[in-house]
Amino acid sequence: MWRRAAMIGIAVYCLVPFYWMVVSSFRRTADIHAKTPFPSPWSLESYEAVFAPDMGFGGALLNSLIVAATTTAVTLLVGTLAAYALARLTFRGRNAVLALVIAVSMFPGALLIVPLLKLFTAIGWIDSYQAMIVPSMSFALPLTIWNLTTFFKQLPYDLEQAAMIDGCTPFAAFRRVMLPLAAPGVFTTAILAFIATWNEFIIAVTMINDQSRQTATVRIAQFTGAARFDTPFGTQMAAGVLVTVPLVVLVLLFQRRIVAGLTAGALK
Amino acid sequence: MRSRGEGRAAALMLSPTFLVLALVVLYPLLSALRESFYDSGQRLDADGFVVEGEWFAGLANYAGVTGERFLNAAANTTLFTVVTVAVEVVLGVAMALVMRRALRGRAFLRAGILVPWAVPTAVAGLMWKWIFQADGVANALLGTEILWTADGPWAKLAVVVADVWKTAPFVGLLVLAGLQIIPADVYEAARVDGAARWQTFWRITLPLVRPALLVAVLFRLMDALRVFDLPYVLVGPRKQSVETLSGLIWDEATRVHYGPASAYGTALFLYIAVIAFAFVKLLGADLLSDVRQRKEARNVA
Repeated sequence: MWRRAAMIGIAVYCLVPFYWMVVSSFRRTADIHAKTPFPSPWSLESYEAVFAPDMGFGGALLNSLIVAATTTAVTLLVGTLAAYALARLTFRGRNAVLALVIAVSMFPGALLIVPLLKLFTAIGWIDSYQAMIVPSMSFALPLTIWNLTTFFKQLPYDLEQAAMIDGCTPFAAFRRVMLPLAAPGVFTTAILAFIATWNEFIIAVTMINDQSRQTATVRIAQFTGAARFDTPFGTQMAAGVLVTVPLVVLVLLFQRRIVAGLTAGALK
Repeated sequence: MRSRGEGRAAALMLSPTFLVLALVVLYPLLSALRESFYDSGQRLDADGFVVEGEWFAGLANYAGVTGERFLNAAANTTLFTVVTVAVEVVLGVAMALVMRRALRGRAFLRAGILVPWAVPTAVAGLMWKWIFQADGVANALLGTEILWTADGPWAKLAVVVADVWKTAPFVGLLVLAGLQIIPADVYEAARVDGAARWQTFWRITLPLVRPALLVAVLFRLMDALRVFDLPYVLVGPRKQSVETLSGLIWDEATRVHYGPASAYGTALFLYIAVIAFAFVKLLGADLLSDVRQRKEARNVA
C-alpha cells in the first residue's frame, strides 16, 4: 500500500509538469490561463502558430536534426575506433587516455566558446552548421568513447583471439568480428549522443545569429509574441512538446537500452 | 611481437580522437589561457597615435575575479550546485529504493522516469517558466502570489526546482543500477540476524551502493558547476539573482570582451578541476576501478 503510493508519487513527480505543458499546448490562446486538468475546448491554435512561416520553427527542427545526426555519425565513427582500442588492445598509456577522456567530459562549455567564437569569426564559420557540429563533439565524443568502451569490454574475448590467430590484423578483427557483435551497444550510444546533441544550447546560441540556422532549442527560447513583452506561452508550449516528442518516443521504444547505456559508465 | 602490433593499431585507432580533442578541447583551453593575459582593441601608443591590436595585459583581466559580479556569479553557481546535488541525491536514493521493490509497473515507471531526463533543458526551462508565471499553476496551487521568474530570491528557488525535477530521476536510475548488483543473500543474512530496516539501509545498502552513488554525484557536480541554459531560459540572461559563472562568461564573450571572458573561463575551469580532484581524492570515487582491478589481477598472477 505504502509502496504503491510511493510509486504513484514518483510517476506524478516525473510526468505532471510535462503533462501541464502538453495540456497548455492544446488550449486556445484565449483560455491559456485556465487551470482545468483538460483543455476545454481542445484547440490546435498553438500548433498552427508554431508553424506560421515567420516563426521559422520547421526550419529550426530541420537544423536540429542535421546538427544532431551529423554530430552523432561523425562521433560514432571516431569514437568506435578509440573505444575498441581502449577496451581490447593492450598498449602503454591506456589508463592515461581513459582518464583524459573522463577529464574532457567535465570540461566547461563556457570556456570553449570564447576561443572558438574568435576562431569561427576569423574563418567565416559563424552561422554555419559546422560551427555547431565541431564544438558539439567536445561532449559527444567523450560520452561515446566512455559508453562504447564499456560495451566492448563485455564482449567475449575468444572470438577476436581466434580471428587474430587465423591471421587477421587487430584492425580486421575489429571490423569483421567485433563491430557486428557490438552493434546493439553502438546503437544505444548513438541514441545517447543524439539526445545530448539535440539538447545542446550554449554553443548553438553563441555561434548562430542567423535565425534560419538556429536549432530548435534556441529558436523556442527566442519566440516573441505580437507585443514585445508578451510571451507567447501557448506557442512555446506547443513547440516544446514538438521538440520533446521525438526524444520521448525514443525513450519509450528503447528504455531498456537507454537505461543500460546511462548506467554503464557509472557502474563500469 | 603481437603486443607491438597492438600498440601500433591502438595509436592508429586513437589518432582521430586525439585530432578532434586537440581541436575542440586542447586548442580552446590553451587559446583561452593565452587570451586571458591579453587585451585587444584600440589604444594610444607612446607618440599619441591610435593603434589597433593585441597587447600583453598581465593580470588585468583577472582583476574582475575579485569584482562584485564575478563573486556573485560564483556564489550563485556554488549555492545552486550544493543545493541541487544534495536534494537530487536524497530524492534519487529514495526513488531507487522504491523502484527496486516495484514488480508490477516497473517498466512503466522506468519509462516515466526517463521523461524528465529526455526533455531538453531549454524546454524544461520554458515549461517551468510557464508553471511559475505570476498567474500560473504553481501560484494557483500554493495560493501564493510570488513572482518566481522575476530577478530576486524566488528565482533561485525556481531554478533549483526545475533542475531537481529534471535530474533527480536520473540520479535515481544510476542508484537503482547500483542497488541491483547487491547480492540478495546479504539481505537474507541481515534478515536472519534480525537487523531492523533502518539498520539494513545504513549498514548494508548505503555502503554497498556507495561507489555508484559517488560516481553519480561526481557527474552531477561537474554538470551543475557549469550550468548555463536553465537560468538563461527560466529567468533570463544577465539576471543578478541567478547569473552563473557560465552565464557571466557567455555574456562577456558575446560582448566581445574576450580578455575578461577568458580569464573568468580559466577561473571556472580551475574551480571545476579543484572540486573534481578533491572529490576523487577525499571520497575515492574510483572511475577507473576496472583498470585497477585488472592491474591487481595481473600482479597477483
